[in-house]
Amino acid sequence: MAEEQKREFWRWLESNWVNPDINWRNAQYVTVGIDVGSVSSQAVVMADGQIFAYGNMRTGSDSPNSATNALKFALEKADLPEDKINYLIGTGYGRVNVPMADRTVTEIACHARGANFIYGPEVRTVLDVGGQDIKVIRCDAKGKVTNFLMNDKCAAGTGRGMEVFSDLLSVPIGEVGERSFEVDREPPPVSSTCVVYAKSEATGLLRKGWKTNEVLAAYCAAMAERIFSLMERVGVEPEFAITGGMAKNRGVIDRLKKKVGLEPMKTKWDSQIAGAVGAALFGYALCQKGKGRK
Amino acid sequence: MLANYGYSDGSGNYFITIDTDMCNGCGDCVEACPARVFEVVDENPHDPMNEEPVAIVVADKKKKLKYECGPCKPASDRPPLPCMEACKAGAISHSW
Amino acid sequence: MIIAGIDCGAKNTKTVIMKDGQIIGKGIVPTGFEQSRAVNESLKIALKEAGITKDQLNHIGGTGSGAKAITDADVKVNDIKAIAAAANYFFPNSRTVADVGAEEGRAVKVNAQGDVEDFAINAKCAAGAGAFIEAMARALETPLTEIGQLALTSTNPIPLNSQCAIFAESEVVGLIHAKTDKQDISRAIHDAMASRIVSMIRRIGVNPDVVMVGGVAYNPAFVAALKRELNVDQIYIPEQPELAAAVGAAVVAAQEGN
Ligand code: SF4
Ligand code: SF4
Repeated sequence: MAEEQKREFWRWLESNWVNPDINWRNAQYVTVGIDVGSVSSQAVVMADGQIFAYGNMRTGSDSPNSATNALKFALEKADLPEDKINYLIGTGYGRVNVPMADRTVTEIACHARGANFIYGPEVRTVLDVGGQDIKVIRCDAKGKVTNFLMNDKCAAGTGRGMEVFSDLLSVPIGEVGERSFEVDREPPPVSSTCVVYAKSEATGLLRKGWKTNEVLAAYCAAMAERIFSLMERVGVEPEFAITGGMAKNRGVIDRLKKKVGLEPMKTKWDSQIAGAVGAALFGYALCQKGKGRK
Repeated sequence: MLANYGYSDGSGNYFITIDTDMCNGCGDCVEACPARVFEVVDENPHDPMNEEPVAIVVADKKKKLKYECGPCKPASDRPPLPCMEACKAGAISHSW
Repeated sequence: MIIAGIDCGAKNTKTVIMKDGQIIGKGIVPTGFEQSRAVNESLKIALKEAGITKDQLNHIGGTGSGAKAITDADVKVNDIKAIAAAANYFFPNSRTVADVGAEEGRAVKVNAQGDVEDFAINAKCAAGAGAFIEAMARALETPLTEIGQLALTSTNPIPLNSQCAIFAESEVVGLIHAKTDKQDISRAIHDAMASRIVSMIRRIGVNPDVVMVGGVAYNPAFVAALKRELNVDQIYIPEQPELAAAVGAAVVAAQEGN
């Protein structure tokens, strides 16, 4: 049961979409961005810099099929033969596993560029909390990175850290957020940053008689603190957007919002496609500069 | 761009920041660093439209900077860091 | 003169009773979540073994992360100082001391008098402490007492890339699924951990004699990896390495108590 719920939360519901208002045949350049992450992959197809189709699916990062499957999925309902693609860029944690890519671009660059597109040019700070890393990116009105950090060494604050707690407390990960607010009063955050030590701290709290929901609240608060401390390192400038799996965990995000003092931006797009959108846009820019496929 | 390479874990923050607007890609840090922490690449990987050489931190060193830089940072009497001394542009800084 | 040294650590609380420089009693109990109870308990056991009562003690030295809970201590001893004093007590020629416990790794440079000349600490990240090996042993489903022996039988060094105990657990599980030999995985675990401790030790310099204390010193594979990485022939380890800080606390209390 816990396993199922976890999948639903960390691996998103799969979806694909085609823009009915765009005819790719009228476009000068069809470019594709594929973002291979640790738990999901996205392929975005753009016609002259506008989103024509995308697919978002659960995958592992280590298989070359992840990228191929994501692209097939994106094109499932689109009548676009793959050989009409002018340029294809791979990005994300598994970007080396995009066999058909013309080149790769880092997820930092793509995320900023993509956030600029899906949230609008006002976005200046992008926070992405994924299964295994935390990225904080500042960018300018063109979506160019001005300052960034990516923490992928330590599990503290990442989806993995949350997973460890959901296992420890036997609370399905999808319920963590809600239940962390079902407490009489907000407890102080778990004091250890390290997930290993936070786990023993939590065991101690339970033994002291704390309720499961209180421990969840204390851990969500610790996660928010951890994420905020990384954001402070790069500096937070409005407007502010949150992407990645953790964006769905109210327990962490509502507590984080209070610290940041800003309301995250909203978008009509699935925020998960940000990286792939950025990659496709870089492809388009390269084509325009005459640096497309020879 | 301020490119922060490294990490934060329970024990502290270990970031090397390269100011890519100051770095001219000369590669002096690459030579100066005994742990081979830096390399110069043809374009900034985080700004693919800008084709000027720039220094970055080597991928497989990023998650162990605390250890890689250990010999340059004795517990007491810390001498100037070779990388920072070598960089005439003043593009490199360390968070610890 | 009869002295007690108490070390209230994150995992265990340890007491030694020393009479005129000789250890005559010891007590080790898990610290759990009530430090003061653990302190009293370990003291009681040690007093019983020594065959004396609490009021016969001239001084009590207290140290460790939970030192505040040792309310009876009349001499508070800094952790680093305790390690240095203990190393000097057991091995007067010790100059470099590595202390690797469950939650912390430390390296101390000591002089011939047992004074601290320099030190470095690895704390609050399980990847640099005994907790790393404990977590990996769980992932490998091998008892902590056996993982060291298992590692020693490996002849095939493989890397363990994750620098975080949590991510390394998944890496180990992945290696098991890929049918990698358990002994090779065990060795990789010890090598990875030792290389982190070695970088810390190098920050204070490596000068013979090298001494290791702390619970992890019981692990033969870790000691072997440490020797290999430090490139030294001999690492001196006292008989009960986990008692070192308590012994150090007693030694310092004997000198400083009045
Ligand atoms: S602090 Fe804990 S969670 Fe973070 S890297 Fe170290 S072992 Fe991993
Ligand atoms: S401090 Fe030393 S090891 Fe670290 S980057 Fe600079 S020169 Fe290299």
